[in-house]
Amino acid sequence: MSNFALIATLLMLMALAYHLGLTRSRAVASSRDVRLHSRPGYYGTLVALWCGLPALVIFLLWSFLAPQLIDTLVTGQLPPELVSGLGDREMQTLMRRISALADGRGVAGGGSPEELAAASHMARLQTLENIALIAVMAVLAVAGLVLARRRISPTWRARNQVERVITFALAASSAVAILTTVGIVLSMLGEALRFFSFIHPADFFFGTVWNPRFSTAGSSGQGEFGLLPLLWGTLMVSAIALLVAIPVGLMTAIYMSEYASPWLRSIAKPIIEILAGIPTIVYGFFALTVIGPFLSMLGDLVGINIRTTSAMTAGIAMGIMIIPFVSSLSDDIITQVPKSLRDGALGLGATKSETIRQVVLPAALPGIVGAFLLAASRAIGETMIVVLAAGNNPVLHANPFEAVSTITVTIVNQLTGDMDFASPQSLVAFALGLTLFVITLGLNVIALVVVRKYRQQYE
Amino acid sequence: MSLTIEQRRQHRLETIEKSLSKRHRKENTFRRLGLVAVLTGLTLVAILFASILSKGVPAFWQATLYTEVTFDPDVIDIAPKPERQEGETQYAYDERMTQWLTQAGLVNWQSLIDASLEQALGEEVEPRQLRDLRALVASGERYALRDRFTEDPSLLGETVSLKMLASADVDVWVKGNIDRDLPDARLQLSPQSRAWVDVLQEQDVLRQSFSTSLFMNTDSRSSLASAGLAGAFMGSLFMMMVVISLSVPLGVSSAIYLEEFAPKNRLTDLIEININNLAAVPSIVFGLLGASIFIGYLRLPLSAPLVGGLVLTLMTLPTIIIATRASLRSIPPSIRQAALGIGASRVQTVFHHVLPLALPGILTGSILGVAQALGETAPLLLIGMNAFVANVPGSPMDQSTALPVQIYLWQGNELRNFFEARTSAAIIVLLGLMLSLNALAIWLRKKFETRW
Repeated sequence: MSNFALIATLLMLMALAYHLGLTRSRAVASSRDVRLHSRPGYYGTLVALWCGLPALVIFLLWSFLAPQLIDTLVTGQLPPELVSGLGDREMQTLMRRISALADGRGVAGGGSPEELAAASHMARLQTLENIALIAVMAVLAVAGLVLARRRISPTWRARNQVERVITFALAASSAVAILTTVGIVLSMLGEALRFFSFIHPADFFFGTVWNPRFSTAGSSGQGEFGLLPLLWGTLMVSAIALLVAIPVGLMTAIYMSEYASPWLRSIAKPIIEILAGIPTIVYGFFALTVIGPFLSMLGDLVGINIRTTSAMTAGIAMGIMIIPFVSSLSDDIITQVPKSLRDGALGLGATKSETIRQVVLPAALPGIVGAFLLAASRAIGETMIVVLAAGNNPVLHANPFEAVSTITVTIVNQLTGDMDFASPQSLVAFALGLTLFVITLGLNVIALVVVRKYRQQYE
Repeated sequence: MSLTIEQRRQHRLETIEKSLSKRHRKENTFRRLGLVAVLTGLTLVAILFASILSKGVPAFWQATLYTEVTFDPDVIDIAPKPERQEGETQYAYDERMTQWLTQAGLVNWQSLIDASLEQALGEEVEPRQLRDLRALVASGERYALRDRFTEDPSLLGETVSLKMLASADVDVWVKGNIDRDLPDARLQLSPQSRAWVDVLQEQDVLRQSFSTSLFMNTDSRSSLASAGLAGAFMGSLFMMMVVISLSVPLGVSSAIYLEEFAPKNRLTDLIEININNLAAVPSIVFGLLGASIFIGYLRLPLSAPLVGGLVLTLMTLPTIIIATRASLRSIPPSIRQAALGIGASRVQTVFHHVLPLALPGILTGSILGVAQALGETAPLLLIGMNAFVANVPGSPMDQSTALPVQIYLWQGNELRNFFEARTSAAIIVLLGLMLSLNALAIWLRKKFETRW
């Protein structure tokens, strides 16, 4: 029986269990003429849970463990002359061939007699395992159903138990978020440490040359993995982006919150926020086909040679992308400044712009700085725009009209197409990722602390 | 010299008077600067959309040849299509069918297309010019012809009117996406082919027709004119199914826990900070997580929508949690107090009273999260979804690309002047999907919004 059918059967059994629990509890209530502790639905649910949950847990454990067990058993049975002298990779290939033979897909050439024997052994074990699984699940499900149904009595606190299960499930799903962070940190740390066993951390963090070579070019330690050119490129592109986004975004926020009529606000705000919803790949394409040629044309007018793909191109596109980010965050923060501050300034005879520049903005400054930091962290972590428009040239230079490369671009370049995490060439992606993660995390934490302090100040 | 009080006052007033006009000028400048910023934002939106629409919309129409093709029995010289005989096993029948299909594949279908073009042109084409002639038709059309015949072998000897895609080079030429004054060596079509294109256009054999291939075909490397989005679309659809079925239940339940049940202690504080930070982690880091854990450790298949969906699920989870919490928080405490006051348990209060009221907000947040996941590219590149896939994936475990990744792949194609338009068309499709999801979210919010 396939897993799908198995789960479907279990679900049907649970539906039946619910029904049985429901009718049983009603019968109990009417026959003894007492009030049940919980409503009948809860008894039904509880019986269904008793029926389904243990079997489901066994199913999950089983599908996780059984294939490994079978693999070990089959490997143990393989004739020694077939296995001897095989490396890890070849062993995997062999097992893949055997399992392909076992489930009837077959392999090209039909397989050797030893392989066929191992395959039939494997097929036997799989059948056995499948039958055992079904048997265990059936026993558990039926036993759970019968026992739980028998326990139904007016004093059984069904609702409390159901609610405990629900609360537990809710808590478990909020653990996923934690697990994700743990997974990110652990996986990146693990792979980054493996990278540092090839390359000394000092050479990575303070190296000024990025030239990883190809992983096929030879053994380890050949390429040069200096982070600084990439970090410099990242900072340059992000700085350009912020130089574009901060003036436009901040002035937009000020105008929207202090000057604009409700009519303009209701129209312009959503339109500008459309910019936030556009996928970054689209900005990359826009940079490549519109901004780059435009800059290049401007360069021709002034008589300098500007490349289509450069730090400037990517930075401007990225700046456009984070305008709505800056403007909506700053807008929130500016509107939180208490009205009394404004009224005070206006009452002393300040003009509106003087009020804004000398009272509102200084009061809102911490929050706005927090917003800028969040925007910066977003710019640093942005990938697709720079992949398309920055030109991928990992060299230290100060000219924004030259091509650069960033941390994110390099992660993509080093990891696409190569899924064999053994060479420093692909492992470096994780060291870069870890660096990126730490930088953005640091910026976010500072920003959140700053914004929170600011909020408390005016609450 | 000493001034009287009156004079001093007079003097001060004059200074204020003088400075006032300056201050008002400053006020106006500041105000105008703000307006300029707003207009800049609006203009940028307009330029972005205008450039993509102007490039992409023409790509929805494609140069197409309307010709008569004769299924010439002299060329298609093969046995009749096998039919299942009495008592024949499925296996034996399949075997014969495969043989027949192989035979049909060996037929020179291209020569049928050549003949039909010759007829349309009204001239004999010399063998050495065949290359120029074949440059006019998308190379995938001969397979389309073969498939048409194997579906319906009764076509043998018949003449049918067919729509064939012109090649990408012809499309570029006809649409004027190439400078016609370039020297011959730099034009994609030979002078002879260009002359024929003109003839065919004059006779109305070659005209623009709505490009169904963009939606029905998968990506193609050999026949560029027929490269389409079907595979990428299905890949994205499978991924979104995974994302919706995992991230919405998980996100909503963890938000409910954190907002309604969790005790206020260090641990929940930690979870809260953690979720806020997770929302700001760059998407590419999630791709690294997927590459290392799902592919490297769990050995899930490369390029599978399932893995892409899992990565995007982890990425959208914080968005959905934050939106759901905000929505739950906006339900006034009086609702909870009333339910608790008449004896409902906390679980009952939440599930019977708070959750239904918060549902519109939760739905809006979830849709926005899913729309964001739909447009995400970077993490997918790291789990191999940028591989070239020529089939429509049939399940979440098959190899596949996704819409944004297809855009990435197409923008890098060497045949720039054809694929720039094609890419823009793909962007229009993607933006259309995302904007309609966003519009749905806004509509839901407007329709069900309650002010307490």
